[in-house]
Amino acid sequence: MIAAAARAVIALGAKILTGAQGRWIGCAPTEALRIYCANHTSHIDFLLLWSALPGPLRSSVRPVAASDYWLSGPVRRYLIQEVFQGVLVDRGGPPAGNPLQAAMDALSRGESLIFFPEGTRGTGDALLPFKSGIHHLVRCVPRAEVVPVWIDNAYRVMPKGFIFPVPLLCSMSFGTPLRYTEGEPKEDFLFRLRSAMLELRPQ
Amino acid sequence: MNFPAESIPIFGALGAVLLAASGVGYWLHLRYAGGPSQGVIDNLNARIRAWWLMIAVAGSAMALGNGGTIGLFGLLSFLAFREFITQTPVRRADHSALFFSSFLVIPAQYWLVAANWYGMFAIFIPVYVFLTLPVLSALFADEQKFLQRTAEMQWGLMICAYCLSHVPALLTLKVPGFQGREVQLVVFLVLISQVSDVLQYVWGKLFGKHKIAARLSPNKTVEGFAGGVLSATLLGGALWGFTPFPPLFAAAMAFLIAVSGFLGGLVMSAIKRDRGIKDWGTLIEGHGGTLDRLDSLCFSAPLFFHATRYFYSLY
Repeated sequence: MIAAAARAVIALGAKILTGAQGRWIGCAPTEALRIYCANHTSHIDFLLLWSALPGPLRSSVRPVAASDYWLSGPVRRYLIQEVFQGVLVDRGGPPAGNPLQAAMDALSRGESLIFFPEGTRGTGDALLPFKSGIHHLVRCVPRAEVVPVWIDNAYRVMPKGFIFPVPLLCSMSFGTPLRYTEGEPKEDFLFRLRSAMLELRPQ
Repeated sequence: MNFPAESIPIFGALGAVLLAASGVGYWLHLRYAGGPSQGVIDNLNARIRAWWLMIAVAGSAMALGNGGTIGLFGLLSFLAFREFITQTPVRRADHSALFFSSFLVIPAQYWLVAANWYGMFAIFIPVYVFLTLPVLSALFADEQKFLQRTAEMQWGLMICAYCLSHVPALLTLKVPGFQGREVQLVVFLVLISQVSDVLQYVWGKLFGKHKIAARLSPNKTVEGFAGGVLSATLLGGALWGFTPFPPLFAAAMAFLIAVSGFLGGLVMSAIKRDRGIKDWGTLIEGHGGTLDRLDSLCFSAPLFFHATRYFYSLY
């Protein structure tokens, strides 16, 4: 109840602050099993992407977030667990075990994900090299559509090192979903995804 | 609820005009569906729908009293400033200055309106904020394009916050024999400014031949300008009973609003053209962003405010 109210308030705040405009260029917002793969420049990225989704979809799309950041403090912990119902992954964990197991479980339950293939935050226009996580995910759940997304301007809303946002227009461009083809080498798939994301960059 | 009774006929007339426009739009939609002009008709219908929404928002804010009107324009300033800043080269070092502008300066400016503190309202942004903003940016020691970054933030605040705040500031004027009806000055200004924009567009579409500043805005023509300004002036004169002004003076005020609004639109078009954008944003379907609808008001509001204050207000 409180979490649902917090979700509505946060989505409204994101709209007032940034517009959080979704441009559905290559696909429509549907309930299909999807992994939304976006560039990552700011802590508010997933929040913007999530706010750009139509209301009914928001409860079934879960962000994949790093536990080292989001579990460090009661407010963050409440936000990621109760409000956004995030799937937490351990970036710096021991190599034993699969760090993405929780994300795979969510996909196999039919829940869509928001995923940042760079694994960490970049500083603006360029993309960092992708981690292999996304390839690993689609290889295990090939029926999931991989939707390339470009988040524009989020870096300026809240740059690295600042804890408060400023109002600026942001847009989320959603491209044509990619499918993983059986046996496709990791480099090929990551390159395809990377190109599809860069193509959505404005200008 | 203290919706001013005198404004009801105006809103009724607007409703009737919009109802007729919606009817025509629907007929065009049925008649030319799938034809080559469908895009234009869809845009027209989106614009008409957005007008319903904008009038509903304005009416509800007015019904909440002076606080509602001041709050609405404060929010519009915030939304407009957000669109303006998106197009400027602000950098990481300006983050604090931008936070200060959006969350302190804009609310403070509207608080000054609500508190009826004219002296501070008139100089807060042009003097104090003008001097503070570059200091905030300089503290972060980033010299690249420093003057340009600072100047564009200041310009954005002047247009989006300072100029626009003169609309609700009309509520604080003390016009003898007009006490309690000040909101009608707001309705008059907004109505004439928006009707003038629409009529300039309509006259331009019907008879437009000679372009004014074609490089900046292909839709602005001599015929559209003359027809729009003339009809807005006549409307203003006809509405004199709604204002504290005699008929000729009401017409002159409407003329001032229409001409300055046109020039404001021209200036804002020059900025958009330089930045390579068609619209400031996408908030209002068919219209673009907040600033696309308010650009004329940003220029006409301070002039109308000071003309009314000089000629009619006790201060």
